[in-house]
Amino acid sequence: MDLDAVAIRFCGDSGDGMQLTGGQFTTTSALFGNDFATFPDFPAEIRAPRGTTFGVSGFQVQFANHHIHTPGDAVNALVAMNPAAFKMNISDVEPGGVVIVNEDEFTKVNLKKAGYAPDENPLDDETLSTRFQFRPIPISRLTRESLADSEMGAKDVDRCRNMYALGIVYWLFDRPLDTTIEYLETYFGSRKNKPEVAAINVAALKAGYYFGETAELFPVQYRVNPAPLEEGTYRKISGTEATTLGFAAAAEKSGTDILYSGYPITPASELLHGLSALKHLGIRTFQAEDEIAAVCAAIGASFAGNLGVTGTSGPGLALKGEALGLATMLELPIVVVDVQRAGPATGMPTKTEQGDLLQAMYGRSGETPCVIVAPSSPSDCFEMVIEAVRLAFRCMCPVLFLSDGSIANGAEPWRLPDLDSIEPIQVSHPTKPADGDDRFNPYRRDPETLSRPWAIPGTPGLEHRVGGLEKQDVTGNVSYDGDNHQHMVETRAEKVRRAQDIIAPLEVDDPGESDVLVLGWGSTRGSIIGAVNGLREEGRSVAMAHLRHLNPFPANLEEILARYSTIIVPENNTGQLRFLLQGSFLKPIIGINELKGRSFQVNELRDRIRECIDGATA
Amino acid sequence: MNTENGNPAKDSDVQLPTLTAKDLTTDQDVRWCPGCGDYAVLAAVRKTLPGLGRKKEDFVFVSGIGCAARFPYYMDTYGMHSIHGRAPAFATGIKIANPELDVWLVSGDGDLLSIGGNHTLHIMRRNVDVNIILLNNRIYGLTKGQYSPTSERGKVTKSTPDGSIDSPLNPLSMALGAESTFIARGIDIDAKHLTVLMQRAAGHRGTSFIEVYQDCNIFNHQTWFYASQKDTRPDSTVECVHGEALVFGADRDRGIRFHEGGLEIITLGDEYTEDDCMVHDERNHLQAWMLTRMRHPEFPEPLGVLYCNPDVPAYDAALQEQVSRVREQRKGQDVAALVRGKETWEVS
Repeated sequence: MDLDAVAIRFCGDSGDGMQLTGGQFTTTSALFGNDFATFPDFPAEIRAPRGTTFGVSGFQVQFANHHIHTPGDAVNALVAMNPAAFKMNISDVEPGGVVIVNEDEFTKVNLKKAGYAPDENPLDDETLSTRFQFRPIPISRLTRESLADSEMGAKDVDRCRNMYALGIVYWLFDRPLDTTIEYLETYFGSRKNKPEVAAINVAALKAGYYFGETAELFPVQYRVNPAPLEEGTYRKISGTEATTLGFAAAAEKSGTDILYSGYPITPASELLHGLSALKHLGIRTFQAEDEIAAVCAAIGASFAGNLGVTGTSGPGLALKGEALGLATMLELPIVVVDVQRAGPATGMPTKTEQGDLLQAMYGRSGETPCVIVAPSSPSDCFEMVIEAVRLAFRCMCPVLFLSDGSIANGAEPWRLPDLDSIEPIQVSHPTKPADGDDRFNPYRRDPETLSRPWAIPGTPGLEHRVGGLEKQDVTGNVSYDGDNHQHMVETRAEKVRRAQDIIAPLEVDDPGESDVLVLGWGSTRGSIIGAVNGLREEGRSVAMAHLRHLNPFPANLEEILARYSTIIVPENNTGQLRFLLQGSFLKPIIGINELKGRSFQVNELRDRIRECIDGATA
Repeated sequence: MNTENGNPAKDSDVQLPTLTAKDLTTDQDVRWCPGCGDYAVLAAVRKTLPGLGRKKEDFVFVSGIGCAARFPYYMDTYGMHSIHGRAPAFATGIKIANPELDVWLVSGDGDLLSIGGNHTLHIMRRNVDVNIILLNNRIYGLTKGQYSPTSERGKVTKSTPDGSIDSPLNPLSMALGAESTFIARGIDIDAKHLTVLMQRAAGHRGTSFIEVYQDCNIFNHQTWFYASQKDTRPDSTVECVHGEALVFGADRDRGIRFHEGGLEIITLGDEYTEDDCMVHDERNHLQAWMLTRMRHPEFPEPLGVLYCNPDVPAYDAALQEQVSRVREQRKGQDVAALVRGKETWEVS
């Protein structure tokens, strides 16, 4: 049976290998040619007490025969490996959806751990079979039986349950096994030198597949055909991977080495891991003693002629605030990646949010304008990192890159870019004082960009001092002069504003004659596209646009806003972009705001936009 | 700038111009209080640098915040006056970006031991090749006289009207605990001695840490006079010279010996001779530890290079080595290969 799109969610204990299982299903679907979007959802605890609800780890992937932009609202197929996973996820499954559970794990002990009442077993609920295509399967026992001939211990055998379940799902959706078999053989076989572990995992995968086939588990197999993607070579990419690649490309395109200096923090640590493997591409990494040292080392590296980059999440950005003020004063380029997570304080580290926009904009002492960019999807990180680096060099100031948990961990297909077509990034270091100057003036600005010359230590004759005390313009000498301070504050702001000269104008997708604009930023793009497309199918004329530059805004934003009578801004915060827009353009904006640790559900957002439109026109 | 590691090319064949202290002096007025101990240290640094055989453009001075941290403004080299306590992190970033630079970090006790204690600890354990000069005046000067982490117990200051109840930190003990590979101590007014210490520090590959007893003549005048003044210095300090016995006193009539698991003062004469004294061995970590624990007035306080271990690789050198090795291993792997990744598929 052919389907247009399916959202499948694998869930189990955080030690059950659900991320790997979901990742494998995604890779197989990608190579099959589907469009897809993923949503890994896992607890902060590495090994929470087994079987508890707070230890449940999930991985959702939507795959489709057409363009999709989100991991899907309702779950069409759920694989639950234990009672806790079942309990936490069953309500998300659409009526009539597929529900596969590992019934062996629904023991008294596990049910109790999941918080079910004594003698209560949710699988006894007879309505499950009428509400869903419900299939309780003894996955633990079947896995053991299928590996009975193996010499491996019970623990290793039980660890293959996820592959058995994946095998069943591969059969259900008529997917080939070869990609996962190759992965298992490479990962366990070659890399970990445990071919026997690879063998039992492969055996379990195949056994699950054949079980689905011979048991005729479902009346039909479902098939989701390849999506008509643009011609080209594709790969699967997560936001973190795309960010990593973006920095590698930026180092090459600018001819400047990068120091990535970070401190472990969820969900930004993976960036440190990825970049630490790229020493051969002009990238060095430094795991600092804390967030403050991380940004300071990055600034030090920039002073010495590298591009300093640091990465963090919201709480870390708060710690870096003072140093960002210094970088603003020194007028040195650095890039700060903020993979936003739900806050304040520790908040929900593994859950996404867009709560740091105003912190990025204002979270420092004094008048400290920084450039802010935000990628709109996992693959968009590649282009936006290069943009961030370009802007840092042009403006000689900090550039904040606002990603978030859903972008960093989410994955989608990516058409490989033509690296040769990426413009070189201009970087220049003076070797002598400016014409007409008898000494080097570190704050002698470029009249067009207002940026100062970036003279680096080791250059004879350009010795100079920089520091956090206010600078006299041109000479860079310490100055307490009020008029000079006002001039410098205004100059630093104008320098950032002039970044508009190289920022692409905002494009609006307007079906024509629309009075309503839905304007978003960051990771909400997928949900907004889905919601607006839904409204257009209802016959409504709704325009949409997505900001990737938050400071400065694209130069044409004001003119765009003036064209629409109703402007709706959905955000995963309480209205931070709305606040900036209203303050900047004195224009009433309607906010749709949700902070639930995940991106908007497409259908919910569609309904809320519709309500806003009807309310505004009533 | 496509040179190796993004660093400016270093042409070692070029004849080094002869630097003088004057070449290292900026046109900025020095704004320390008249009589401040920092002047003497500044003069000593300006005197030391020309003898190091480096080019002026290769020196970088980094500081945090405080009176001492104004230092870079007065050196006509590259310099950064950074933020409070974080100078070691900036210095580390500079050395990672360009290990060829000769990085000096000058700051005070509040900056390096209080707000920046964490960073001081970590630059030491990493052994980044940076020369640190701690100007220890046991007081917060720039904020006008609060007690610092090296102020003695009972110290009456603006913020401790009834006397400080904090125990002071011993900077050199802390440095050893933080795996420092070079520690030394000098006194602001003894420029000649300081110059020797700085030359040694400059030659050390790794973090070198010099504690300078520095007088704040406004807020903590005379705090080190027992160690710095002609009449009291001989009895209150002991000069540590590698391979020589620890003998002190105006008449060099007393010594330090190791006895019953600790150090004690002996009087040289009939009962003891120099042969009974501990011989300073700057490679001996345990001995160095004992030396740092010698505090006035129970003991004379040790001056000189107390510990120097040249065998620990410097962080920046180790990093360079790793980068070269990985580059060799991954020759031919370019950005395009990375972008392509492991698995791709074609859509036609």
